[in-house]
Amino acid sequence: MDLKKRLHILKRKYKYKKMAPAFNALHTFLYLPDETTHNGTHIKAADDLKRTMNIVIMAMVPCLLFGMFNAGYQHYIALGEIEAVSGGFFSSEFWTLDNFLVGLVKILPLVIVSYGVGLAIEFLFAVIKKHEVEEGYLVTGMLVPLIVPVDIPLWMLAVAVAFGVVIGKEVFGGTGMNILNPALTIRAFLFFAYPTWMSGDKVWVHGAVERDQAIAAGQNLDAISGETILGSLAQGKEAGYEVMDMFLGFIPGSVGETSTLLIILGGLFLVFTKIGSWRIMLSSVVGAIIMGLIFNQVAASGWITDSSKFYGLMSAPFWEHLIIGGFAFGTVFMATDPVTASQTNKGKWIYGFLVGFISIMIRVFNPAYPEGVMLAILLMNVFAPTIDHYVVQGNVKKRMKRLKVKTA
Amino acid sequence: MGLLSKKDTKLITDPLADNNPITIQVLGICSALAITAELKASIVMAVSVLFVLGIGNVVISLMRNIIPSKIRIIVQLVVVAALVIIVDQVLKAFAYELSKTLSVFVGLIITNCIIMGRFEAFALGNGPWRSFLDGIGNAAGYGVILIIVGFFRELLGSGTLLGFKVLGDPIEKTGLYALGYENNGFMLLSPMALIVVGIIIWVQRSRNKALIEDH
Repeated sequence: MDLKKRLHILKRKYKYKKMAPAFNALHTFLYLPDETTHNGTHIKAADDLKRTMNIVIMAMVPCLLFGMFNAGYQHYIALGEIEAVSGGFFSSEFWTLDNFLVGLVKILPLVIVSYGVGLAIEFLFAVIKKHEVEEGYLVTGMLVPLIVPVDIPLWMLAVAVAFGVVIGKEVFGGTGMNILNPALTIRAFLFFAYPTWMSGDKVWVHGAVERDQAIAAGQNLDAISGETILGSLAQGKEAGYEVMDMFLGFIPGSVGETSTLLIILGGLFLVFTKIGSWRIMLSSVVGAIIMGLIFNQVAASGWITDSSKFYGLMSAPFWEHLIIGGFAFGTVFMATDPVTASQTNKGKWIYGFLVGFISIMIRVFNPAYPEGVMLAILLMNVFAPTIDHYVVQGNVKKRMKRLKVKTA
Repeated sequence: MGLLSKKDTKLITDPLADNNPITIQVLGICSALAITAELKASIVMAVSVLFVLGIGNVVISLMRNIIPSKIRIIVQLVVVAALVIIVDQVLKAFAYELSKTLSVFVGLIITNCIIMGRFEAFALGNGPWRSFLDGIGNAAGYGVILIIVGFFRELLGSGTLLGFKVLGDPIEKTGLYALGYENNGFMLLSPMALIVVGIIIWVQRSRNKALIEDH
């Protein structure tokens, strides 16, 4: 008897036991269930929730691998051991085993903690609620390590994941019922709870915080600073990186968000597999461009002079906003979350547009919240049902009108 | 129970649990969110409301037969305002620093829905002794939640309780901080108070299913 068969038998044997949901989750993770739907209407479809989520994870893997190389690369540049190279995606200084190992050692634990804590809570709730485990955490668990700084302490991540999964999702009834994107809830929790680990110029490069502690302890070393481009711009300084580097991702930032190129590739993959909504991605970019253009005009017209604290970010060219910070990542992987985004097509245009528009607005007007994207998406998550409501009502009204014309 | 009859005991114990003004009636939320970042402030607020509601209920109950019903809200306001001013002056005299932390929220006890709610719903129709018990009970129910929220917010947000560094010193890195623990700044922000109250409501309703409203 093979393993698959044996598991099926075990499953039937323990069907009504308390731990059954936890067992079934592991079982269906490995094999397709051997039972089919017995009654009611069914739709035959090749993809289920699990496959949908696996595709999203596949789209994120390049970002994760790139993030590992980049973590090491930024670390060694900051230490002064290698020179920064400009241009060229296939730079030999970047794709080295040393870089990768540094990243692997730092980022793999983030992934493990994220999945470990998140899935433990999912299993716990499945057992308490006596229903099957929901696959909802598969994508969230992968998103979380990509949107945090590389040096975040693991216990903080664990606390935040527990908070985000319980308060962001389970209290509303689990996967599919949540109002806010759980991954962003986790990030927002970290951002407000432990701001010293989530912003500033120390946290983005591995080793900077340790080096500061060594200096404070009296060692004669140079401080490492790895300011993000948003941080530099907010202080009115030059970005300090070539445009090509920003686009390719050779810049400090959260683990998986730096490489706009790979995010675009992931986004195209999602669009072609029809998992991600191209309407949201496109309208979000349009919204960001329009807000950026408005700010550029304001800066160019001289209303805001360079003595203003908004000037740095306001005068940055509008297209630069698209390739720095977490905008691209948020737009492609977070705003398109099918549960928390608008459901109607027209609603998706409005929702996406406002995500982009508000992201750039928060970035510029409140430099203390450099990640406007996170707050913009969370805000629009809250408004998504309202948008849908009005879209549906508008449609109802339109059709009622048509009805009247015909009967009259 | 020699002093209190069974019915009277219920007046005090009900608001503490199954008819709690904050978690069940969802009244008085604003002050519960605003001043619970420190345990000390929570306790002072709880005691202030206990004083105002206990005395206020008795006063209103004594006057209940002579208050014209058309202007009863104004009379209630005058009573509660007078009591709140006494509390405010006492705090300013004996605990000036604390009265600064509580700032406007002592004055805002006047508009605390729980107080006007108890005047309207109970004191206007019951005798002074029962009104007193009802006032004490409801204020205690409010205070218990305030103290629970204040406890968790101060402990997790600042690492202190009543100002004592129970978790160690964050600057000199003693106690828990030596292990890399850090205070959770989110606990000090008002949204977290709402979430803590929400968690209390969640726990309470899952322990007593009868409290869950059907929709």
